[in-house]
Amino acid sequence: MRAARDTLWMVIRQLRNLMREPIWIALLLIQPMVWLLLYGQLFSRVPSLRGGARTYVQFLTPGIVVMNAFFGGTWSGMAMITDLDRNVVSRFLATPASRFAIVFSQVVRGGVIALIQALIILVVGLALGVRVHGGALGWLVVLAAAALVCMAFAGISTAIALLVRKEATMIAAANFVALPLMFLSSILITGRQMPAWMQSAARFNPVDWGVRAARYAVLTGGNWDRVGLYLALLLGLVAVTSGFATWTFRSYQRSL
Amino acid sequence: MDTIVADELRKRYGEIQALDGVSFAVHEGEVFALLGPNGAGKSTTVRVLTTLTKPDSGSATVAGHDVVRHPNRARLALGYVPQESGVDREATGRENLMLQGRIYGMRGPELKRRVDELLQLVGLADAADRIVRGYSGGMKRRLDVGLGLVHRPTALFLDEPTTGLDPEARVAMWEEVQRLAAQESLTILLTTHYLEEADQLADRLAIVSRGRIIVEGTPEELKRGLQGELVTVELQNGRAADAVAVVERFEGARETAADGQHMRTRVPSGAQAIPTLLSALEGAGIAVASVATSRPSLDDVYLHYTGRDFSADDAEGQA
Repeated sequence: MRAARDTLWMVIRQLRNLMREPIWIALLLIQPMVWLLLYGQLFSRVPSLRGGARTYVQFLTPGIVVMNAFFGGTWSGMAMITDLDRNVVSRFLATPASRFAIVFSQVVRGGVIALIQALIILVVGLALGVRVHGGALGWLVVLAAAALVCMAFAGISTAIALLVRKEATMIAAANFVALPLMFLSSILITGRQMPAWMQSAARFNPVDWGVRAARYAVLTGGNWDRVGLYLALLLGLVAVTSGFATWTFRSYQRSL
Repeated sequence: MDTIVADELRKRYGEIQALDGVSFAVHEGEVFALLGPNGAGKSTTVRVLTTLTKPDSGSATVAGHDVVRHPNRARLALGYVPQESGVDREATGRENLMLQGRIYGMRGPELKRRVDELLQLVGLADAADRIVRGYSGGMKRRLDVGLGLVHRPTALFLDEPTTGLDPEARVAMWEEVQRLAAQESLTILLTTHYLEEADQLADRLAIVSRGRIIVEGTPEELKRGLQGELVTVELQNGRAADAVAVVERFEGARETAADGQHMRTRVPSGAQAIPTLLSALEGAGIAVASVATSRPSLDDVYLHYTGRDFSADDAEGQA
């Protein structure tokens, strides 16, 4: 129970600090809209990309929700590095604070932010004529997919932060995974238009699990069993990567 | 009962033997200083005692709790003020203290009362709701102290509490430490590489050098251990070498040496030695301009026990 309690307070601390950065809030709100408008315009004249969807924005919106969450996740480790550099972590270590909470609060913070951004993107999408066919359950699925994708990658990102403990290396690592995994998914184009080998590779891409779940919820409002499977896979991955991050935390402690 | 006990602590980082068998005990209610140059092993000792790192061998207890076997029990009994400030700069002073209290499981009105009390205690009541980023170095340091005290620990560890502070803030911090020791009935272990600071604050101190404790005692005991006071005689017409020759014949005079217009010697008691010393010099026709005695400083103590100069070791440890 200490772990849950400490995680809660540490997440509140991080979110409260972020809320005090007006520029950060502006970017948080504007960035997803930029994705949606930019890509929406760029690819809207190529009908084959959107599969069976009515409009490209209808097709793109769930993809952008997940892409945004994925990018947010890969950068999550930066906050851990700041806390390490500023000795906030070592201060916590001399207290009975749950070690798991120190790590997992970083992951949860990412998930909460991804959730808020997903809501914003969906609302902007509605204004652009997007319809969520899955109804209320569909909305929940999109939000869950965003939060889980972000948390899964936040776990890896936090683990890398704890291993390298340097901002420059962290940035390089995030860049290294971000674009390849984005293009190895159906974020921008329907899976059927991808080369065969990429289609096969995408099946193992957690980003694509999130995109598919969110897209079923928005486009068809069906295939709930597939949606459930993808979300379950993502949940499992969150457990694995968070566990890995907690394990790397031990190696950080040994270095003290 | 001894509140803090270290027994044969050893810890190696790669090639460097940071701790090479450190043992000492801090009595209840005492202010104890680990004094040594940079890189002597003071901070590593504190990191072991505060459960941040595990020793390779040896054991330690805080308030009777073994820091390796029962770290969480020890953590409840100890407060830690790290060398580098660990405050959350984007939060207010009050928010920092509230979170720290929550981590220790404190809640509701009890926590709020304690936080108000601490803000008063460390003199941050007026700045409580300002973001820490705007605090001065001294204010941040005081908040660090407050964070270490939230849960009313029995033992407080201050790692280099005044490093990086300007002289004024340093003196304020000394007063703070003395007040806390009394008001919160704390046992305090502090590390410092300022001889003056250990002299001012510590009831007892241990000199640490290259991962070992060289000597331990009250500042007075250590200085007395040097046996005697330094007598410096300023000569009117030079002839320092002649003066040395005269004084060296004295029983009890040690380390007699000439230094330009001055002759220095160390005697058991300045008050007793000076009259005979002066008349002997007069008898030899050596004119004296002035005489001064000085009690040994901890600088002298360090030199005496390690055979090395404190500031030179300090600079080396920093490099």
